[in-house]
Amino acid sequence: MSQEPTDITSDGLTFDQIPWSRVWSLGPQIDTDALAPGAYMKFDLPTISKHTLQGVRADFAQGVRAGDVIVAGEGFGVGSSREQAAGVLVHLGLKAVIAPSYSGLFFRNAFNVGLLLLTCPQAPEMKEGQLIKVMGSKVWVDEHHELPCEPIPDFLMEMVRLKGLVNVLKLRKK
Amino acid sequence: MIQSSSTQSFAQGHGTKGGAQVAQTLAQKIISRAAGVPSVQVGQVLNCAVDLAMFHDSSGPRRLEPMLKELDAKIWDPQKVVLVMDHYVPERDEDSRKILHITRQVAKQWNLPHVIDSQGICHVVLPERGHLKPGMFCVGGDSHSPTGGAFGCYMFGIGATEMLGVVVTGEIWIQVPKTIEMNWTGRLGRGVMAKDMMLHMIAQRGLNGGEYQAMEFTGQTIQALSMRERMTLSNLSAEMGAQAGLVAADQVTLEYLREAGVQEAQLEGFEFWCSDLNSSQERECFNASELAPQVAAPHSPANTKPVDAYSDVAIDIAYIGACTGAKLDDLRAAAEVLKGQRIHASTRLMVAPASAKDQRIAQEEGVMQVLIDAGAEVLPNSCGACAGYGASFEENMTVISSTARNFKARMGPASVQVYLASPYTVAASSIRGRITDVREMLS
Repeated sequence: MSQEPTDITSDGLTFDQIPWSRVWSLGPQIDTDALAPGAYMKFDLPTISKHTLQGVRADFAQGVRAGDVIVAGEGFGVGSSREQAAGVLVHLGLKAVIAPSYSGLFFRNAFNVGLLLLTCPQAPEMKEGQLIKVMGSKVWVDEHHELPCEPIPDFLMEMVRLKGLVNVLKLRKK
Repeated sequence: MIQSSSTQSFAQGHGTKGGAQVAQTLAQKIISRAAGVPSVQVGQVLNCAVDLAMFHDSSGPRRLEPMLKELDAKIWDPQKVVLVMDHYVPERDEDSRKILHITRQVAKQWNLPHVIDSQGICHVVLPERGHLKPGMFCVGGDSHSPTGGAFGCYMFGIGATEMLGVVVTGEIWIQVPKTIEMNWTGRLGRGVMAKDMMLHMIAQRGLNGGEYQAMEFTGQTIQALSMRERMTLSNLSAEMGAQAGLVAADQVTLEYLREAGVQEAQLEGFEFWCSDLNSSQERECFNASELAPQVAAPHSPANTKPVDAYSDVAIDIAYIGACTGAKLDDLRAAAEVLKGQRIHASTRLMVAPASAKDQRIAQEEGVMQVLIDAGAEVLPNSCGACAGYGASFEENMTVISSTARNFKARMGPASVQVYLASPYTVAASSIRGRITDVREMLS
C-alpha cells in the first residue's frame, strides 16, 4: 500500500518525529510459557523478564532495547492466563507486538497492562532487524508504505495511552 | 466497564440482523442476561455484570492486593468471589510459603466467605462446592476457566489486572462470540474418553482454532458423558483458543448439582439455558465410534495423532494429574487398566488427584488402592507438575501425561518431552514402559 503518512498520530507527533523501531522476528504460536517461564512465576517482573523467550530466542532478554517491536506469526500468546507474559514485554520496553493473530486471552491481558498489539496479516513480511515506525495503530515500513492493520477500538487504544487498566480505573474514580 | 455507552460494534461483526426475535445461542442468552438487554448480536461489544469471580493463589491476592491499595478500592461483592489455593500448595520453599502466607492473610482481611485451601484444583472444587449453576456469567483468573462451561455457565479466563477491574466494578466487557457447535454422534469405543475427543478436535482446528469464540458441545455422545468428562471437554476448549466451552445443562448436570448441595429453587428454569434450534453460527460434526485413543507429541496439544503413531516411544514417567486429567472418572479409568497389574520396572507412575473429594470417593471405591498396588506414587491435590510452578520433571525425561499443555519447558527443563493422552493411555503406557494402545489391554 502506498500512502503518505500525513496524519499526526494520537501522540501528537509527525512521521519524522516518531523514532524507528527495530524488529525482532519470531515464528508462530509463541506461547505464554516461553514469554514468562513457570519456574520464575513466583518472582516479580524484573526477574521473570530476564528469562523471557529464553527457550526461543536466547539473545532476546539481553539484547532487546526500549522502543523495539516483536513481529511474530499466527497465534502469538497462546496458553496460560498469566498476564506476566505481556507484562514482561512492557517491562522490557517493547513498543508493540505485530502479528497476524493472537490468543484472545493474551490480547485482553496485553491491553490491560498497556501493551499495544497490532493485528497485521502481512506481519511475516517484515524481517529481523528491519526498522519500522509504529504510529498509533499503524505500521509504516518506510515513508511511503503502510502495512494495513485491523482497527483497534478506542477504549483499548485509550488503555495503551494510559499504560494499562489500573490507570483507567484511577481516572474513572476521580 | 471501560466504555460508557452500553454497546459498540467492532469493525468486523458477524451480526444477525432482525432484532429481538432472532434465535439465540446459549452463549448469547447468558450474555444478554448479564448485559441486561433482550438479545445480542455476534460481534457486539458490551459490558456484563459478573455473577462469580474465581481466582487462585498465583493470580489472586498477591497480584490484586497491591493494585486495590493503589486504587484505594474494595471488593465489589465478597459473596461473589471464590478463592482457591492450588498452585503453590503444598509449600515447597520460602517463596511459595510467602505467596501462601500473603494469600491467607488477604483472604481474612477481605473477609472472603468462600475460600478453598489445599482441597484441590480450582476448576474442579468450584463446581464441587455448588458455586456454578446453569446460566451464570463467570470469570476465572486462570486459562482453564472455560471448565465451568460444562455446567451451562459462560465462564472464561482473564489475567490479574482484568480481575482487578472485575473485583472493583463487578463488570467486564465482552465481544459477543459466534457459537461453533461441535456435534458428536455415536458411541465412544472402549478405552476412549473425553480427552481423546478433545485432542482430536484440537488437532483438527489448531491451537488457536477456537478463534476466541464460544464452543458448544452437542449431540448424543456428549449427552452420554458424565459431568466430569464434560468438564474435560470444556477445560480443553482453552487449548483450542476458544473463550468458552459450553455444554447445555440436562438431567446429568442437575444430578451433579444436587449432589453438590445446590438448592432445588436455584435450578428452576434451567431448560431455558440452551441454544435455540439452528442458532449456532458454525457447526462441525464428529463420529465418536470411529475415534481411536489420541496422543499429542511434544510440544503442542495440536500435535495429535492416533496412538499407534507413537507406539515406539519409551517413557520414563506416566503422570495422571491436573484439572484436565485427574478427576474421579480419570482415576477410575486408570484403575480399570491397572487392576492386578504392575507398572514397568523403569517407569514411574505419579497420580495427583484433582480434588480431595474425588480422591476420597476413589478411596472408598477401592480405586486408589488399585493404583497404589500397581506402583503409583500418590501426590497432593494441587496443580503440581502441570503448572510447572515448582514441582516439575527432571532433565531429559520422557513423560506421558493426562494434563492439558505440553509446551516446551512448561513442566520442566526444555529437554523434557511431554506426550499428552487420556488417563487410560497413560495407565496402559506405565505398564509397558512405552506408549501403548490401551485397547490391547482391555478385553
